[in-house]
Amino acid sequence: MLKLPVYLDNNATTPMDPRVLEAMIPYFTEHFGNAASRNHPFGWEAEEAVDYAREQVAKLVGADPKEIIFTSGATEGDNLAIKGVFEMYASKGNHIITCTTEHKAVLDTCKHIEKLGGEVTYLQVKPDGLIDLGELEAAIKPTTILIAIMYANNEIGVIQPVREISALAKKRGILFFTDATQAVGKVPVDVNKDGIDVMAFTGHKMYGPKGVGALYVRRKNPRVKVTAQMDGGGHERGMRSGTLNVPGIVGFGKACEICRLDMEEDTKRIKALRDKLENALLQIEESYLNGNKESRLPHVSNISFKYVEGEGLLMGFNKNIALSSGSACTSASLEPSYVLKALGLGDDLAHSSLRFGLGRFTTEEQIDYTVEQITTTVNKLREMSPLWEMFKEGVDMDKIEWAAH
Amino acid sequence: MAYSDKVIDHYNNPKNVGTLDKSAKNVGTGLVGAPECGDVMRLQIEVDDATGVIKDAKFKTFGCGSAIASSSLATEWLKGKSVDDALKIDNMEIVEELNLPPVKIHCSVLAEDAIKAAINDYRKKNGLEQIVFEERIH
Repeated sequence: MLKLPVYLDNNATTPMDPRVLEAMIPYFTEHFGNAASRNHPFGWEAEEAVDYAREQVAKLVGADPKEIIFTSGATEGDNLAIKGVFEMYASKGNHIITCTTEHKAVLDTCKHIEKLGGEVTYLQVKPDGLIDLGELEAAIKPTTILIAIMYANNEIGVIQPVREISALAKKRGILFFTDATQAVGKVPVDVNKDGIDVMAFTGHKMYGPKGVGALYVRRKNPRVKVTAQMDGGGHERGMRSGTLNVPGIVGFGKACEICRLDMEEDTKRIKALRDKLENALLQIEESYLNGNKESRLPHVSNISFKYVEGEGLLMGFNKNIALSSGSACTSASLEPSYVLKALGLGDDLAHSSLRFGLGRFTTEEQIDYTVEQITTTVNKLREMSPLWEMFKEGVDMDKIEWAAH
Repeated sequence: MAYSDKVIDHYNNPKNVGTLDKSAKNVGTGLVGAPECGDVMRLQIEVDDATGVIKDAKFKTFGCGSAIASSSLATEWLKGKSVDDALKIDNMEIVEELNLPPVKIHCSVLAEDAIKAAINDYRKKNGLEQIVFEERIH
């Protein structure tokens, strides 16, 4: 049975797994204690629940529970990691290396670092969205203290060569931070095998609640410290003050546990659906896959349908299918996705892109329906598109003097 | 962002999609916008030489729903108008009719520009002087 509306925007957020909600509920009402209350059973219960969740989270990424700092989410984690390392290691240097396709939470934090007198190198990515390891190595300076490269990209799903990056960082005595928001819970992430020193991730991208995430901070080889960006009661080993969000943390822990246990099976099923969707949509004339096809998250696909504008395309079915577009027609700047532009895509292709993020609750019927709806709408809009007509008539559109507005 | 019912209706049932013979002397073609901006509109008018009345209008648009609706509405309004009256169509009338939110006003501006460009193309073909329009910042 086809269930509508279809949700294919799982990179933005995921629905919460009912098992997660069930685990959380008692911590709103009967077990409401403050995990920092050391003198009575309410506090003890809360602390115990947090400790258990910390183990569940740590286990998913191969960390020690003591290395998990609970945060409000990945944006806070990105801020704490970059600003915290910059402050803590100021005596060693002030140079950070990142790349142009990072999430805004990383890019804007780096801009802030520049205002504070730090130096930041923004690596370009190759047309497939991956960074060039040679360029990374060449960018390293004696003052480099941090390499901040995301695990997997939120728009195109490409997975960066994390192990090669961390090996390089280790060789040069530089810390490696990765924003693993899109990867944790979807693909096996292991902080030791992957050589990660600091890592941000969040609950709501893996069927957990919003408003809770974690920063992994390595304790051995090397022992890493970040300067707190939130001052107060000294919670979370002094790196993040603030009363712990106990129900959120319990839910996050449960979500991590489910991801760890179900990942293999979930991935197999979701990847098969993703491939079915992608193969069918790439049958459409003048449609292109964006980003590296191999090194990629199993549930993500980003496709451009040339000569059709993304937002106009979404309108054809957005009552029934939830998707994101690389077009930014609603934004005041009219600038399309900076990630797609960083791949070297022309603005026209960037404006014509759709991002598909499948998830645990996506069904095959929904995929079939999506293929049918998108194919129909693309064809309909192309009949309405002057660019499609020119393409069909063989007009060279690069030679037209467009009146940019 | 939610679209108004009128935008949705034009999007689902666009009026006057198509192509007129751009080499015909009584057909004026306006092509405005740019692929990089995510909007390209082509609007065409066919003028009755004897009366100066626009007897047909067609459009094709690459763009969002509001851009499609703005051009669809423009062709409806153009049909039956004299060329001189067509020049009086103001983008804010399109905004009001379609209930466009502020971020979509540029779609109506583009439609107005397309009308003017089509009229100028028609005038050029018929040996009439080009009308110079005030530059505006979109």
